[in-house]
Amino acid sequence: MSVNAPSEKIERRKLATKPFARADRIFFAVSTAAAYSSFVIIALILIFLVGRAIPAFQTQGIIDFAFGSTWDSAATPATFQLGPMLWGSILISLIGVVIAVPLAISIAYFIEFMAHKTLAKIVTTIVDLLAAIPSIVLGLWGAFVFSPIAAGWAKMLNQSMGWIPIFDNPEQNFLRSPFIAGIVVAVMIVPIIASITREIFSQMDRDIINASLALGGNRESTFRKVILPTAAGGVIGGVLLGLGRALGETVAVLYVLNISFDINWGSVLQAKGGSVASMIISKFGEANPDEISALMAAGLVLFVFTLIINSIASYIVAKAQPWRK
Amino acid sequence: MSNLTYHLRAEDVNVWFGERHVLKNVNLAFPTNQVTALIGPSGCGKSTFIRTLNRMHELIPSAGFAGKVLLDDEDIYGDGIDPVKVRLNVGMVFQKPNPFPTMSIQENVLSGLKLSGRKNANNEELVETSLRRASIWNEVKDRLNDPALSLSGGQQQRLCIARSLAMGPKVLLMDEPCSALDPGSTRRVEETILELAPEMTIVIVTHNMQQAQRVADQTAFFLSEDGNPGHVVEFGATEQVFEQPIDPRTNDYVNGHFG
Repeated sequence: MSVNAPSEKIERRKLATKPFARADRIFFAVSTAAAYSSFVIIALILIFLVGRAIPAFQTQGIIDFAFGSTWDSAATPATFQLGPMLWGSILISLIGVVIAVPLAISIAYFIEFMAHKTLAKIVTTIVDLLAAIPSIVLGLWGAFVFSPIAAGWAKMLNQSMGWIPIFDNPEQNFLRSPFIAGIVVAVMIVPIIASITREIFSQMDRDIINASLALGGNRESTFRKVILPTAAGGVIGGVLLGLGRALGETVAVLYVLNISFDINWGSVLQAKGGSVASMIISKFGEANPDEISALMAAGLVLFVFTLIINSIASYIVAKAQPWRK
Repeated sequence: MSNLTYHLRAEDVNVWFGERHVLKNVNLAFPTNQVTALIGPSGCGKSTFIRTLNRMHELIPSAGFAGKVLLDDEDIYGDGIDPVKVRLNVGMVFQKPNPFPTMSIQENVLSGLKLSGRKNANNEELVETSLRRASIWNEVKDRLNDPALSLSGGQQQRLCIARSLAMGPKVLLMDEPCSALDPGSTRRVEETILELAPEMTIVIVTHNMQQAQRVADQTAFFLSEDGNPGHVVEFGATEQVFEQPIDPRTNDYVNGHFG
């Protein structure tokens, strides 16, 4: 009669079943294959890149390759070092992010908290359209329309604040600078950051915003002290995704930047800069096998770098908002 | 009742959301330093009404308003009145506890100062008195720097009350402050309301009729019938409204025949 006989072992079976119907089985198989394919694709790309990059890494040494600053395929032995390009990519991306972030956050705030529904929809669509502009179009626009205008702005910056080293430009050539490339990149990443920020804003508890207003906050202090800190994790994630995009941007930057291995540490108005992706495309056509391997290695470095940035992004988005269930 | 003064009076308040007329000609006077309960079935407009008392509908683009809300004889909807200033005098506690998630307990209490840009000479003292008045000081005094979200729901709600009190409002609006709380926490919040009542005018929306009877001096019964806009059916001393209602609809509602 014992109700809880302790020695008796209860046999347990799984309740989850495999799909019975043929349609279900096919559907499951397709979904599973699709899910694993992204993993396979990444693995294949990595294997390909590593395989092709190994010769360059062997002759140049990984550290020298990534951080040295000479690229000379005619020398014997040929020297391939990526430093100025890697730094250039970072510099341009930073300029892009610095310009894009305030713009994108303002757009997201307008759409989510200020505009009427119809206007909000229109603005959302337009910002998404901005993301749909092919980068070659943006590159052409950047080269032929925007560069001369931005060069004018650069000149003004140089004249008023040239004593600050980053705005220094002794050659007075304001075209094809990291500054202009950064602005073009900013145009490309504003939609990414804006749409993620808008999503984060829309998921925010409206009661928190109401509470802020009820406590005598105005719109500005509510934004700065309540909305932004609460949304910070998500916004930073969006910024890092934009940064990932900016680092990999190729064609648009190629059209508006003078690629130079004479490293430019931060004089953003000077007509020389670097970009790993743009450098690869500009050298690919005339490269000998050794240089091809070096270009593959450059691609690998960029790939790994972007992968790290994106991983940090998803980590921050997931972890930085413990109050979101 | 003749020697009562009124901190807050609503005169012919009407509210529209888009084309929908949700409140019609509401006239209520809230006696100084007393508790007034707003009761009525869901959708009767009582929550909409309480939000007119500190201009919280401002963020809703389609909201329309007519009438007057007099705070110490000044119309808070008058020309040139800054709603932000109004809200410094009229605090609000919401249905769901909503402390600021990124701030600590102490920062939440002081958040109003930060948000409004007001200065205060002694913040430590303000934190303590506000938390004491909200009857939560003893539970949190040793962990003021812990995140506000580490508190239980009931404690969070009392923290939200403390946060409002820190701004020294004359009027405190409470929109179903206990509807998300368990019975024990509800009792604590009700005790807090009774302790605060002698020093401030409190307006509380509640679904819970026992709660209205426990805490309120006056009760107003709101109703919105057959798609008509919400209006006040009966307003009087709580005892009278519950025990000898004049209107048969009030009688039906307080005795649980509908709603």
